[in-house]
This record gives sequence, structure tokens and C-alpha cells, in this order.
Amino acid sequence: MIYSVTGHYSLILGLCVGLALVYFSIRNFRNSNQLDTKILAFSFLQLFFVLVSFISLIISFIISDFSNETVFNNSHTTKPLFYKISGTWGNHEGSLLLWLLVLTIFIFIFILRTNNQPIKYKILTVGFQQVIIIGFFLFLIQTSNPFNYLFPVPDEGLGLNPILQDPALAIHPPILYLGYVGSSIIFSSALAATTLKIVSTSWAIHIKKWVLISWIFLTLGILLGSIWAYYELGWGGFWFWDPVENVSLMPWLALTTLLHCILVLERKEILTSWVIILSIATFTLSMCGTFLVRSGILNSVHTFANDPERGLFILIFLFVLIFLSLFIFFFFHQTNKNNSYNFFWLSKETSILVNNWFMMYFLSVVLIGTVYPIFLDVISSQKISVGPPFYHKLIAPFLIPFLFAMAIGPSLKWIRSDLKDKIYLISLLIISILISFFIVKNFNKNVLINTILISSALYLFYITLRDFFNKKYKNFAQNTAHFGFSLLILSILFNNLFSSEIITNLRVGETYDNSKTKIVFESINQKKEKNYKSIVANFNIINSKGINNNLSPELRIYNQPNITTSEADIKTTLMKDKFIVINLVQNQDYFNVRYQVKPFMLWIWLSVILISFGGLMSFFKKRI
Amino acid sequence: MKKKLISISLASIFIIIFFVFYKGLKNTNIYTPDVKINYDIPVFSANLFYLNEEVNSANIFKKDKFYLVNIWSSWCVPCRDEHPILMELKKNSNITVIGINYKDNKKNAQNFLNQLGNPYKKIIVDQKGTLSIEWGAFGVPETFVIYNKKIIKKYIGPLNEESLIEIEKII
Amino acid sequence: MMKILKFTLLIYFIFSLNFLYASSEDKRNKITKNLRCLVCQGQSVYDSDSEFANSMKILVEKKLDEGLSEKQIYKYMQIKFGDWILYDPGLSKNTYILWLLPLLIFLFGGAIIYKKLIKKN
Repeated sequence: MIYSVTGHYSLILGLCVGLALVYFSIRNFRNSNQLDTKILAFSFLQLFFVLVSFISLIISFIISDFSNETVFNNSHTTKPLFYKISGTWGNHEGSLLLWLLVLTIFIFIFILRTNNQPIKYKILTVGFQQVIIIGFFLFLIQTSNPFNYLFPVPDEGLGLNPILQDPALAIHPPILYLGYVGSSIIFSSALAATTLKIVSTSWAIHIKKWVLISWIFLTLGILLGSIWAYYELGWGGFWFWDPVENVSLMPWLALTTLLHCILVLERKEILTSWVIILSIATFTLSMCGTFLVRSGILNSVHTFANDPERGLFILIFLFVLIFLSLFIFFFFHQTNKNNSYNFFWLSKETSILVNNWFMMYFLSVVLIGTVYPIFLDVISSQKISVGPPFYHKLIAPFLIPFLFAMAIGPSLKWIRSDLKDKIYLISLLIISILISFFIVKNFNKNVLINTILISSALYLFYITLRDFFNKKYKNFAQNTAHFGFSLLILSILFNNLFSSEIITNLRVGETYDNSKTKIVFESINQKKEKNYKSIVANFNIINSKGINNNLSPELRIYNQPNITTSEADIKTTLMKDKFIVINLVQNQDYFNVRYQVKPFMLWIWLSVILISFGGLMSFFKKRI
Repeated sequence: MKKKLISISLASIFIIIFFVFYKGLKNTNIYTPDVKINYDIPVFSANLFYLNEEVNSANIFKKDKFYLVNIWSSWCVPCRDEHPILMELKKNSNITVIGINYKDNKKNAQNFLNQLGNPYKKIIVDQKGTLSIEWGAFGVPETFVIYNKKIIKKYIGPLNEESLIEIEKII
Repeated sequence: MMKILKFTLLIYFIFSLNFLYASSEDKRNKITKNLRCLVCQGQSVYDSDSEFANSMKILVEKKLDEGLSEKQIYKYMQIKFGDWILYDPGLSKNTYILWLLPLLIFLFGGAIIYKKLIKKN
């Protein structure tokens, strides 16, 4: 109980400190010879209060303090300790507290570590960030208080959804938020820089580190979400174009585009408008995503508990930020007239522009696909679904020229380039096409589009591979990331083409046999764990080469809440995953068995890690 | 100037988007398929529960008569709740109650009826669930009011007092 | 230039002959991947193991055996359950904007870049 009180009042104090910070910032702005040390101190104080509040919530979860409504709704005495702790941020209120934590940590580090920028800029960034922070404090205290008091105190909690009790999912929100929420700093500082008209190469060099941090964490966060979906949800897929997934992808697309523009702005004073707009867009998309997911306006697998009142708050907050940014951009920003020389068509600048063009297109596809059903429903009361086919049809064809541009772009020179060793490039291209044709021909699925897609991905693959050996260390980070991307596309394409699946109904002791695979349902074990009962089914799978595999998928029957989940057993090897899952069939004595062979799954995860690694290398790169 | 024009049009677009989202918040997002009424009932042939013989829909549903088709299962909890209503309707001579037993085990279904009573004149067996989908149902329980071989009313979820009154009015 | 063009056309021609009849298993999978499971929260009939999804899979198989084409099965489901059950929002008067808006944005972006490139040239 005392923890709830502590947590609650810490929040209120944090809000007050925020208001004080705004006051001191305004005062310091007028008289800015030196950064008022009070600003640093108060930022630390605010961080401290949020931390205290967060820790209070964690402790409340650990001790199962059910007088706290959030703990009551989301925990249970029989939950293992690790998941009691991770349950803290696995719910709406707790996750917002995590938002606040990241917001305050980042601004504190920003003030501490920003050294060669104008004082006014630092103050203004703090100011804008406080607008966001205060907004979140109000949102939390007003509509989503993690410390609501319940009386009479219940004996037992309502438990956490067992699907959320998974290690990957436990760390997925913190990592994702470091990316998502980290973009708030980029937002605030971009607004500050625009207002002071200092968007320039030196500013780009300074902000690049923040963009990289946010980008790396966002990439890894999305990866963790996909890994969790694959291992936990039991359908063998890792991306479903579900609204919540799209909502994390959109800021990533904007942030990646921003990263590329910053890398340009670092060297030349161009694309300033792009940089500002993208900085604003990334965080706006994060906020928009928060709105879509928590307001109940969309229907999805992973929505939190929804409440239209909360939705209204975030909606208003979001649009306040949008209008504020629009105002600042149009009022303060002036495009650099003397620098708007024209780009030559074959140059690095143009290839970055082409990159922006395609990325914005992909972003618009995801955005429109996600929100269009809402618009249609409001305007004409008709409900439609926008699912994977929509996204595949609109994205896949455009990936082809995009991959080509990725292959050619980095090797172009600034201002003007002529394509040397054309013959070499074209012959690589033809080799790619031939290889893909022979691969795809045997599998007969959408032969044309798959061949061309694989060709372009292979082409990028070869080019980046070649560059590893040619260019020594000059563009190592960029090359790694692009190489990782080509590997990702190739892995996804091959996975798509070469996956196979067997669905059958089996009783214990029965065998399924087609000419290629034999599935023997050997036995069942029943176990009792701390908060669930489990039925483990043992299978022996023999493939056409005579290789045996033993797999044991599980059915878990939880006591609180009373649901049954299906745990897949996955055997992961370098080249393929073997994936099996069982399900109960209502009223029957047999199980529904689904066995899948999925090639290159591991490569999908590794390639994303490779992409993030490229970002990490860029972060540590010393400027020559 | 150009800049002002762009900023004003952008601002207006965002205002419109705001209002669309605002209104969207109020709409529910739980989807219930449009209750298609005045559609013909599906033509089918299926096994009967008791007699275990196949029967054609043409023989079950006659013109100019009211029928109530109720999809139920022994494992469906709300079906128990609505059972008294069905027993009430059994007494009503204006309407014939037909049951579709959805994905059920014969013994359990029999026990269910023994326990709560049998309101159905005929029971059709839908072991695989496909017949219910052809009727346009996606869960249990769902109930249809039929007249002249057309669906004139559909209830998703268990029947209650209100629906009983409505049905009695229609027939 | 002409050589490349001829080569490309030849390849395309070969591909278009390659239309083998997809097995009914593949067809069923393709269709069920496009149907939304109505009792789940955001899963296709193919992915879901709920009662409804399993019945749907059997029904789709049955309709395929009856000789219905993919389009006809979608139409059948649309009539019974509304547009919401299809994951591919086909091109209808409700969805013109959905499909065309991103493409318009793409063309718009391309036009801006084109303008920037040819200004001085």
C-alpha cells in the first residue's frame, strides 16, 4: 500500500517539476549566457521521481499488492517472479510509466552530453520535451493511473495473459520503447533547431548519434516482437501486417529515411526540410501508433485494454503536437536559397532522393492500409478488412527498383557520377536473373514476380559483398546494413517459396505418412506446473532422407485466467526450422497436428541483427 | 504565397483527420456481420439426430409456415441460458422449432437434452460445422426465424426475454 | 537495347507457359489465407485453429470440390458475412481510394523529383 502512495505522489511531484522546468527554461532562454544549472538538476529530479514511481510499481507487482488496481488486473500470486516483474510494463498503465521513464532518461542524458551546441538550443529542446513529458504525466494521472486504490482488497489477482509470459515479450517493450520514445528527443531537438534556424551540418553531426540510438533500438524491438510472435503464437508466421505491427513499422520507415538524410546533411547543407519533417514525422507516427493501439479504435490481436476516454486524450495530445510542429515548421523554417542547386540525375544526392521517394511510398502504403478502414467506417459505416494481400501487392513490385537503387546508389559520387565498370555490373545482374530463374522454376509459384524479386535482392547481395572486399573500411557500416537488408529480403523470399506444411488429425499411436514425410504420434505426458497443467505430445518425424527428429509440442491449461494455449516445438537449425504445433479438437479424442518446414528462419533474424549492427558501427565510427 | 497555401491546406487536412478519428472513437469495432434478411435459406441435405437418416431441406421447410432454426451444442454455455426460451416456443403452435446440433458428441448432446428438455421437432446434425456456416452463422448459439423459406430474422448470441417477445409478435 | 528487349520478351513468354494447375491443397491454402477468422482477433482462417476456422477450411474444400472458382468462393463468403471477411480488399467503389492513393502519392513524389532534376538541364 505504501508503495502505491509513494508511486502516486512521485508522479504528481514529477509533474510539478516538469512545470518548474518549463518556467526555468523560459527564464533561462531570455538570459542565456550559460545554461542554468537548475535545469540539469531539475531534469535529474524529474527522472528520479519517475524512477521512484516505476520501482514502486515493480515492488507492488512483486509482493502482489492487490490493493493496487493495476496489479490486481494483471498479476497473480502463482506467476513466476520474472513475469511478475515484467508484468509491470505488460499492461497499459505500466507501459505508460515506461514511456515516461524513457522520456525523462533521454532528456537528462541529452542535457548532460550535448556540449558544442548553442545554449538556447539546449534550453528549447528541454522545453519542447517537457511539453511531451507533461502531457504524459497528465495522461497518466488523469486517465491511466497505475496506482488506483482498490477496496476491499482482493485476495487474488486476475492474472496475466499466459501468452504474454515469455522472455522475448518481457524485454520487447523496453527495447521497443527506447527506439519509439527515443525519437522524442529527435522531435524536440528538431523543433528547437528549426526555431533557432540552426539546422545545418554541425547540428546534423550532433543529432546523428541520437538518431542512430533510436533507430538501432527500434529495429531490435521490432525484431523481438517478430521473434516472439513466431515462437509463441504458434502459427509459424512472424509478420501479419496487423495494426499493432504496422504501428511499429511506420516510425521505423520514417526513422530510416531520416537516418539517410542526416548522413547527407552531415556533409552538405541540403535536404534540411526533409530532415525536419522526418524528425517530426517519426515521433508523430509513434504517438499516432499509441493512439491507434490504446484507444480501442482498431481491432487487433495485440490491443491493450481499451478505453475511449483515453483515446480522446491521446488524440487531442497528438494533434496539439502536430499543429505545434506545423506552425514551427512553416513559421521559422526557410529553405536555403543559395544551396538549392539542381541535382544531376546520376549522383549520390539523387539516389538519396530516390530512397526518400520509395520509403515515403512504403510508409504511405502501411499508413493508408492501417487507417483506411477507420475512415471508411466513419464516413460510410462499412467495415472492410485490409490484410496481407494488400500490402504484398503494393510493396513487392516496388521493392524491385528499390533494391536496384540500393545497389547502385552508394557507389555514386557526389554531384556527378558516371557509371564505371558498367559491363561488370550488368553481367552480375544477368547472373542474378539466371540463378533466380532456375531456383524459382522448380517451385512454380508466381514465377515472374518472384524471379525478378530474387534477382534484385541477389544483385544487391553481390554488390554489397563485393564492396566488402573492395572498399576496405570507408563505408563498412553502411555496407553491412545494406548487405543485411539484402539478406533479409532473400531469406524472406526463400522462406516464402520453400516452406511446406502438413495438417492432419491424429490420435495417440497413429501415424501420418505421405511419400515424403512420416509423422508418428508416439505418446502423451501430463505435467503440472506452478500456474498451469500441461499435456506434452511426443512426435517422431522421419523425412525422405531417413533423418529422425523428435518434437514435443505442448498444450497448456492455465488456471488464471482460464485459457488454453498451444506451445509449438521448434527445432532450429542453420538452414531450416522444423515447426510443430497441436490443438485440441472440440469433443473429439484426436488432436489436430500441424507440421511445417520453414527454411531460412534463422537467417531472417540474423539479417536484422546484422542491419542493427551496421547502425552500431556507424555510431562508433570516428569522423576522419 | 505558396508556403501559406500549403500550410493552410495541410492544417485543414489534419483538422478533417482529427474529426474522423474523433468520430471513429465512438464507433464500436466489434464486428457483427450485416444481418442479412429476406435471403433464401440454404438448400442442404443432412443427417437427422435421432433417426440417423439423411433428409433434404425441402422436406423440412414448407411454405407459409414459421420455423425457428436454432444452432446449439452441449458444450456451449449460453445455449443453456437460452434453453427455457426455446421450451416456451415449443408450446407455440404457430412456429416449429428445428435444431442444428453443431460440432457435438452424440452422447453429450443427448445428455444435454435429457437434462434440459427437447424443444426441437427435428434435429439436424452438423458434425463439421459447415452447415452452420452456410446458414451464415459463425458461433453458437445463433437463431433464425424462417418464413416462406426465407430468413426473416437472425439472432446472434443467446435468446432472451426481449427476443421471445419479438418472435411471438412476428408469428 | 533491342537485344535486351527481345530477351526479356522471350523470358516472359516462357513464364506465361509455365502456368501449371495449382494443387487443390495450395488453392485451399491460398483462399483460407485470405479469409478472416471471425471469432479470433486478427487471424486468418488458415492460421487459426478455432472451431469456426476449422469448419471454414472444410467448407472451402467442399466448395472447391463442387467446382467453384476462387473468386466465386470469395463472393459466396462476402454475401454471407460481409466484406470484412476478406483480407484482400478487392477493387470496389469502397476501395478505389485505398488502392489508388498510395500510387498517386508515388507518382506525385516522382513528379517532384523529376522537376528538380530537369530544371536546369
